[in-house]
Amino acid sequence: MINLLLRDLKLSVRAGGGALIGVLFFLTVVAVIPFGVGPDLNLLSRIGPAILWIGALLSALLGLDRLFQTDREDGSLDLMLMQEHPLALTVLVKCLAHWIATGLPLVIASPLLGLFMNMNEVAIGAVMLTLLAGTPAITFIGAVGAAVAVALPRGGLLVSILVLPLAIPVLIFGVSASYAAVEEPAPFMPPFLILVALTMFFAVLGPVGAALALKNAGD
Amino acid sequence: MRPALIVFQKDPMTESFAITKFSDLANPTRFLALTARILPWMAGITALLFVIGLYLSFTTEGDYQQGDTVRIMYVHVPAAWLSMMCYTVMAISAIGTLVWRHPLADVSHKAAAPLGAAFTLIALVTGSLWGKPMWGTWWVWDARLTSVFVLFLMYLGLIALNRALDDPSRAARVSAVLILVGFVNIPIIKFSVDWWNTLHQPASVVRLDGPTIDAEFLWPLLVMAVAFTLLFFTLHVAAMRNEIWRRRVTAQRRMAARMAGKEE
Repeated sequence: MINLLLRDLKLSVRAGGGALIGVLFFLTVVAVIPFGVGPDLNLLSRIGPAILWIGALLSALLGLDRLFQTDREDGSLDLMLMQEHPLALTVLVKCLAHWIATGLPLVIASPLLGLFMNMNEVAIGAVMLTLLAGTPAITFIGAVGAAVAVALPRGGLLVSILVLPLAIPVLIFGVSASYAAVEEPAPFMPPFLILVALTMFFAVLGPVGAALALKNAGD
Repeated sequence: MRPALIVFQKDPMTESFAITKFSDLANPTRFLALTARILPWMAGITALLFVIGLYLSFTTEGDYQQGDTVRIMYVHVPAAWLSMMCYTVMAISAIGTLVWRHPLADVSHKAAAPLGAAFTLIALVTGSLWGKPMWGTWWVWDARLTSVFVLFLMYLGLIALNRALDDPSRAARVSAVLILVGFVNIPIIKFSVDWWNTLHQPASVVRLDGPTIDAEFLWPLLVMAVAFTLLFFTLHVAAMRNEIWRRRVTAQRRMAARMAGKEE
């Protein structure tokens, strides 16, 4: 399992910098927002957490359809299906590797973008923390979509359409926790704990569902 | 002794269509025979109930605050219930697909997806029409509206997924997984108005301490709900029948093409 984790990490780093493209996309999305809503710093700092979350969500979706596609192309997916370990466990490890390669850079990049958005230190910290807790959930949900996409002759865009509705609860609680940290009356912990609970829930449901889809997608 | 044996043999024409157990429905031919018999009845009862329901809807008094706009409820609420029930039916069929590898279950959830999308759209549009005079706006992003909208998107995604795959049985299995994962949304819709403080009113018909809605409005609502439910099942069974026929035609076309290839 550790070997699989390392292998996936190496592959994703070496294969044309997938992580870097995700971060670049994140940067671009966030940079486009001020052009859309105007350079009003007060407004930007108010909508900043939401913008960062949406940007992170979109960039996390970007590389998802490749999660199992490359393995299918070089044949290692068949080996994974045949091995003795439960497939869900393998999927979980692959998700973790994918998250470390693409999700974690987004979390690390978020404080810099938070500065662009004129957010204060508390808000930046809250967004970073919620992204750290929430982006794994997006990866786990996305794993189901990626597993479905393996069967598709032309997956890509359809995966995002299928995955986004399921990721909405994560977005809601991630953003509301970030706002709760800044705005006084609302407590930070309840939405944050719900976010953590969502991540754990999808950590179970995602790999099991993805494993089921992978088994059924093979002919 | 030979003729005696023949007596025990069942007549294939009458026996094969008789449905004695629920599992007999598994056979598509029996299912088709059954639908041919009950579909006209279902359609007739649905039409009758709609006549009664619509008559009641338009003859009962309006609400003392909302006036005539309360009549939108008789379409809006049943459609919203149906949009959730349809997804539940799809989830049950999805279990049938994944656990028993049942071809009829594949057909069932494939046929239900467009119906569910249609009912959800009706609920959204009528809700929007009702919201304009009552709330002063066509749309608000409150919990229930948003989650129903997400349900609508999920129906559309499932239809798109079914269309993207050529092989029907593989499409059925893959979309069954997605249906079951998406089933998380149904409890969220049901309880969204209790969990979050929203503009949309909480449940007023199905609740522990009895309905809070006046009998004047309850009767047409219930009749319309039954009528909508029957409408759904009528359309669903008809759509399943069409899908089975469509697959048979495709299979026979393939066979014909193969035969034509052999003859040359």
